This record gives sequence, structure tokens and C-alpha cells, in this order.
Amino acid sequence: MNRASTAIDNLGRSVLRNVEEMGRILLLFISVLSWMIRPPLKLRLIFKQMEFVGVKSIFVVVLTGIFTGMVMALQGYHGFRMFSAESLVGSTVALGMTRELGPVLTSLMVTARAGSAMAAELGTMRVTEQIDALSVMAANPVKHLIVPRVIAGVLMVPVLTIVADFVGILGGYFVGVPVLGINSGIFVKNITRYVDLDDIYNGLIKAAIFGLILSLIGCYKGFNTSGGAEGVGKATTEAVVLASISILISDYFLTAIMF
Amino acid sequence: MIKIVDLHKSFGKQKVLDGVNLEIEEGKTTVIIGRSGGGKSVLLKHIIRLLKPDSGHVLVDGTDITKLNDKDLNEIRKKFGVLFQGAALFDSMTVGENVAFPLKEQTKMKDSEIRKIVADRLRAVGLTGIEEKMPSELSGGMRKRVGLARAIAMHPEIVLFDEPTTGLDPIMTEAIDNLIIDTQKNFNLTSIVISHDVESIFKVGHKIAMLHEGKIVEYGTPEEIRESRNPVLVQFLSGSTEGPIKII
Repeated sequence: MNRASTAIDNLGRSVLRNVEEMGRILLLFISVLSWMIRPPLKLRLIFKQMEFVGVKSIFVVVLTGIFTGMVMALQGYHGFRMFSAESLVGSTVALGMTRELGPVLTSLMVTARAGSAMAAELGTMRVTEQIDALSVMAANPVKHLIVPRVIAGVLMVPVLTIVADFVGILGGYFVGVPVLGINSGIFVKNITRYVDLDDIYNGLIKAAIFGLILSLIGCYKGFNTSGGAEGVGKATTEAVVLASISILISDYFLTAIMF
Repeated sequence: MIKIVDLHKSFGKQKVLDGVNLEIEEGKTTVIIGRSGGGKSVLLKHIIRLLKPDSGHVLVDGTDITKLNDKDLNEIRKKFGVLFQGAALFDSMTVGENVAFPLKEQTKMKDSEIRKIVADRLRAVGLTGIEEKMPSELSGGMRKRVGLARAIAMHPEIVLFDEPTTGLDPIMTEAIDNLIIDTQKNFNLTSIVISHDVESIFKVGHKIAMLHEGKIVEYGTPEEIRESRNPVLVQFLSGSTEGPIKII
């Protein structure tokens, strides 16, 4: 009985803690929105973050996208061959990439690369009192540190998703046509036949939402770091885990609403 | 100028400030002393409202800053410069950009004017011509001096020093102490120094306040403090392990 009540007690505390954290992230989001519309817009800081989140993630996103497209083509081919529908490999790869794998894998890669860096950088700034220094110089830390990162996340993850979609389909083509011998014309024709612009747009909307999630969580965890180097490490790990889980869970609900 | 009235602050069950009352004199250097972890930095953060008290007031020129909104608080903060314990220089900016930061944020000065002030402030702390260096290239003492240059960039009325000599060698400690005295005189500052370095305390302070168990237990001139029979102060200044200050 005692053990059961302790377990329920712990579960309750854990639920409360998580609900409280979600509330804090939501409050941070509201604060970001309110500082985003207040001039002056820190364009130099925004471009710097766009370069960091976007340009510097291209290589890893291209690698992820191309190999995902290739393996999808390979797996799809073996499956479709069982009922002589190999011609659908191209459209399957394209639909999979634009609707799901493009936005999700891109976001997860950006979370690992840039979301973790946001948490680590802001966490270090917190424990070395750089965030306090900003405040005492009458410079709002949310406007200086978080707004540029969130804008960069929301704008650049969709751009990277376009790259991932494109190279993924290209990877599928290279495996499907020259390696597996699918007719090139049919491969391309089926893509244009089955993939609508809406599939691409909805994928990009997902990507923008994932960009918001990963940047907001990365910044939140970094901004609220305490406890020195150990705290920075903990904040970074928590940011990656929480952002990745949030992306995957929200992906289900977004898919249910959009498609 | 600054008046702290019955300030209370707890973190969870730990009571850090338990009714602090203190008046900081204008144009003078007040040193707040006390053992490590005794709440000195917490008190300093209340003076510039980086922390909000559980109860009590901090009056700056008659304005209670504990109740101000962000906009009014920023106006009050323009009166302050702060030298943080680790200098808190922005890693991603050069020394010049660090010192220029408050000027760019709070004024509409031209770049040429800002460059001139930056050079002037760096000269004031004895670091001429290092504008292009990154903070990572500087020694601990140089970082503190750049931090001080940034703190006085806006010609503030009040400068807060959070343990300015901690972690420095005796020569650099002496140099920083001299800088605190010189800048206080040259810029006619009201300075608040947090320290537990006994030699520095008597050198830089016009007034000294001892914080113990969340309260100011002694306040006076360096001579009065030296002659005080308060057992807390006697133990602190002698560095003895025996006495009312418990070693945790």
C-alpha cells in the first residue's frame, strides 16, 4: 500500500513538473512574440543565426536526405516487386520525403546540431553571468538571444526541408533508375501524378512548426540552466531529448490534421 | 542614494537574506563583506533587481525598484555599471565590441564617437589598443579590467563590483584595487564592492558592512570596523575557525 502510494505520489509530481515546464515554455513563446514585433529588429543577429542554423546544417541534411531517399527506393522496390508495382517507387519516395521524412529527419538533425548548440551556448552564458550582464545594460536577453534563434529556426528548417526533399528524391532516382532498372520516364511521371503541391506545402508548414519547437526548447533549456558545467551538459541533453520527442509527437497530430 | 530596507529572500527552505537594512552613501565606496555563500552576491543582485525580494524594498534615488515595470527598471539601470565576478564578457564579441555594447544599446552615438569612448575607457583601465582581441585571449586580470571598462562605458553614477579580486594573484589584486579607487575618484562614482579579501576591504572602502546570517551585523568606517569587538567581525578578519561563524 505504501509502495503504491509512493508510486502515485511520484507520478503526480512528475506530471505536475512537466505541466509546469510546458507552461513556462508557452510563456517564453509569448514573450518571444511580444519582443519580435518591437523595433528595432536585430537583423545582424538574425542573419548570424540563420547562417548557423541553415547554411551550416546543409551538409548533414543533404547526407541524411540522400541516403533516406536511396534506402526508401531500395526497400520500396523489393516490396512493390511482389505485386509488380515497381513503377510506384518514385512516387512513394517523393510522398514519403515531402510529407514525413523530409521535415521530420531535417528537424531531428537540426535539433542535434543547432538545438543542442543553442542550449549549450545560452546555458554557458547563464552560468557565466553574461545573460545578467545583458539585463543590467538594459538589453533584453529574450530580444537579443532568443528572438533571433527562434526566427532562424522557423525560417531555416523549411528551407533545409526543401533541400532534403530534393536530394531524397534524387537519391531515390539514382537507386531506382540506374541501379534497379526502373524506367526513368515512369519514375518521374508517377511522382508528378501522385504528389500534389499540398503535400509539399504541408510538409513545409510542419517543418516551420518543428523549427519553432526545437529552437524554443533549445533556448528555454539553455536560458534556465543552473549549476555550472554540469548544468550546461544537463540542459543540452534535456533540450535534445525534449525537442526530439516533441517533434515526433506533434508530427502525429499535425499529420492527422493535415492529410 | 541607495537604501535597502528590511530585505528578505529565501531559495526554497534556505533563508539567504533575513531583513537586510543598509544605506549606501553617495560618492563613496561601500564594501560588503561576509563569508563565501553568505548571500553577498544575492544582495548585490537585488540592488540592480536581477533578483526580486520576497519582501522589503530597494530605493534608488527614492524610487523603489522592487516594484518597477521593465521599462522604468531599464531607465534606473542606466545609472548602474556592474563588474561581474568572472567579468561576464560576451565570448562572441571582441573587447572593443564588449565595451561598446552599452553605448550602442542605450545611445544613438555615431560609431566614431563610440570608438573614441571605448579607447578612452580601455586607457583608463590600462589596456590601450586591445580592441580587436577576443575575451578568450585575455588573462583573468585583463578580463576584469575590460569588464570594468565596459561597466564605466556609460559614465554611470553607481558601479557594483562583485568580488573583483577573487582568483587573482597579489600583484593583479593590488592593480585592481588601485583601479577601483582611481575610477571612483575620477568618475565620482558611488561604488559597492562585494569582497572577502581582507586587505582589499580596508584599502578601497570608505564604509564597510558585514553581512552575516542574512543580516548586516556591523557597519562603519574602516577604523571602526578594525576596532570592533563584534565576535563575528573579529573571527572574519582574523580568519579563525573558532567563533560564531560556523564552517559548513
